[in-house]
Amino acid sequence: MSKKKPDVETTGHEWDGIEELNNPLPRWWLYTFYLTIIWGIGYTIAFPAWPMISGATEGLLGYSTRAEVAADIAAVDARNADFIATLASADLSTLSRDDPAYHFGVAGGAAVFRANCSQCHGSGAQGALGYPNLLDDDWLWGGTLSEIEYTVRHGIRNETDWDAHYSEMPAFAEILSEEEQSAVVEYVLSLSGEDHDAALLETGATLYVDQCASCHGDAGRGDRFLGAPNLTDAIWLYGGSRDAVAYTVANARFGVMPAWGQRLEEDEIKAVTLYLHQLGGGE
Amino acid sequence: MSDASNQSLYAPREPIYPKTVTGRFRTLKWRIMIATLSVYYVMPWIRWDRGPQLPDQAVLVDLAGRRFYWFWIEIWPHEFYFVAGLLIMAGLGLFLFTSALGRVWCGYACPQTVWTDLFLLVERRVEGDRNAQIKLAKAPWSLRKARLRGTKWAIWLLIALCTGGAWVFYFADAPTLARDLVTLNAAPVAYSTIGILTATTFIFGGFMREQVCIYMCPWPRIQAAMMDDDTLTVAYRDWRGEPRGKKRVESSGDCIDCMACVNVCPTGIDIRDGQQMACITCALCIDACDDIMEKIGKPRGLIDYLALSDEPLEREGMAPRPYWKHVLRPRTVIYTALWSLFGAALVFALFIRAEIDVTVAPIRNPQFVTLSDGSIRNAYDIRLRNKHGEDRPFRIRASGDLALRAELEGTPYETVTVAANETRLQRVYLVAPRGSDPADGDVTDIRFWIEDLASGERVHADSIFKGRALR
Repeated sequence: MSKKKPDVETTGHEWDGIEELNNPLPRWWLYTFYLTIIWGIGYTIAFPAWPMISGATEGLLGYSTRAEVAADIAAVDARNADFIATLASADLSTLSRDDPAYHFGVAGGAAVFRANCSQCHGSGAQGALGYPNLLDDDWLWGGTLSEIEYTVRHGIRNETDWDAHYSEMPAFAEILSEEEQSAVVEYVLSLSGEDHDAALLETGATLYVDQCASCHGDAGRGDRFLGAPNLTDAIWLYGGSRDAVAYTVANARFGVMPAWGQRLEEDEIKAVTLYLHQLGGGE
Repeated sequence: MSDASNQSLYAPREPIYPKTVTGRFRTLKWRIMIATLSVYYVMPWIRWDRGPQLPDQAVLVDLAGRRFYWFWIEIWPHEFYFVAGLLIMAGLGLFLFTSALGRVWCGYACPQTVWTDLFLLVERRVEGDRNAQIKLAKAPWSLRKARLRGTKWAIWLLIALCTGGAWVFYFADAPTLARDLVTLNAAPVAYSTIGILTATTFIFGGFMREQVCIYMCPWPRIQAAMMDDDTLTVAYRDWRGEPRGKKRVESSGDCIDCMACVNVCPTGIDIRDGQQMACITCALCIDACDDIMEKIGKPRGLIDYLALSDEPLEREGMAPRPYWKHVLRPRTVIYTALWSLFGAALVFALFIRAEIDVTVAPIRNPQFVTLSDGSIRNAYDIRLRNKHGEDRPFRIRASGDLALRAELEGTPYETVTVAANETRLQRVYLVAPRGSDPADGDVTDIRFWIEDLASGERVHADSIFKGRALR
């Protein structure tokens, strides 16, 4: 700092007697300033910078954020390769919960589910009318890991996979009279303790044994081999009201699920199976 | 507009060669330098046992693991308010010291001052004191000059390297990193950090020096807002010293214009010009002047810590008010109170924070699930943090309604083990049987109890159970 009263020019600006001195800059400051200009020029030559009519100059170093992202994605894929290989070849029933591949599968399965399954089964896997809730403890075709995996892989009642689960309920409107149908409906309602007309139970029970028990079982507990729903529990895929049950009896239902083995990778099928199994209903 | 054509765009720095000085402030500054530098260089090497799976470094900023360790305190990212609180305390502390003692931080404790002091010490040891340095600077290049300059720069560079080197040890296990650095196995970021800090230390301490304070640092610009007439600053008693002069006459003041105060000044100013922005209140001019005053048989304190409000008193020949009356005033009391308030709040927060950390997030998609027997099930994601250095079992139970039954996903037991220094996400189900109050009701308040079976510590987290009436 100069000790003398500085002998420098003013910029000519003056406010109430206060003048703005035109002090020179410190040398290091000025040189740093020049350096940043040179750096800036070099930077715009080396890196993408100048906007042109279509796109921008590419820069001598050929740097590209897109390429960097691609490299990052490739690095992540390489890191996950082991997990994917483990998962694709894993026997899910023996895969330990402490295995990192298990957690990789659950997390990845959640993504697979949201992308492919949530359209019907809901984003929380809670299902919808006609589409099973995957959170509960009621399974049409079985809730063990291998059963879930089979269902995911081959689907249900589709025409693309010969191994798909298949069963078909007859439409009883063509078989039974309306009175008989009503009697069956009352009997079915009684199985799960719903309100019903006790007067029709006897007729209904007889008709049930003749027409329904071969699939739904004598006690109405269903049959997973045939995908026949349990009629005694509190869960109704198509609704448990009298009208809904009557509609089902008269017209039958025919729920279809695609064979995901034809659309997903092996590890994705395993992953989504692991995800579904740990939602609370897995057996 | 002025004609700038005849004027250079820059002003070259006027070199400063501060002279050696001894005295009480110089001694104090040496002690502060030894203390602060010791803390800085030694701290990362102190060990602290936290259990087998946690680092044993007393002070460690683990950026990759997102943990901050400070002796017995461990800060997780969600407790970052501790760091914010410490920064607020540091700010208030700076306000307090500035309003009471002026730029005492700049003069005594600022790293720029401390390292510049260290570099000046090296310079004097190698090249000699002020006069020898001026002579050497003016001398043409010779073998001797090259040797002295080379030695000085080499020592500076070594200090700078140690400074940059010490910094990275705060961010990784020091002994491991030291070995990796030497064997060239350390991460590139460690080398680049050391490189940058070495360069800045070398340049700032060796060449930029006072320019950092005058041109680069924002603190001198805002210090004026913290200071008032009662702030103690280094000042010259011009009513006692003037008129100055080497020639002693009847009317002469005490100042003999020996320039001792100017020669020792690390920022190259003349304190006799009054308070100025470049003064970092290092108080070395006080030491220098006191020394001269003693030699010529005058009382010490021609240059001294003074408050501006004392000037009129002293001009009238009255005694200045005592220091403590300047220091103790509403402003400093308020700063101290605020500072203490934050400190007390942080200590309080430190003691009440639980060793177990639990958050409960009820799953709302769907709100509840009907099971085949008609019971209603709710799901919760419970996040358990184990802040200990070993794996710990936690028992999870729920209360709120006797009908509710808790189940843990993936295990038939009510206990889960959380790995050391980890967070575990555990899904927990609560099931209300068909016909029970929670199942048929709307919303039932519930409470999860989480017990650390190793320590017996128990914490709770509240949530709600949603029944079928919610629909």
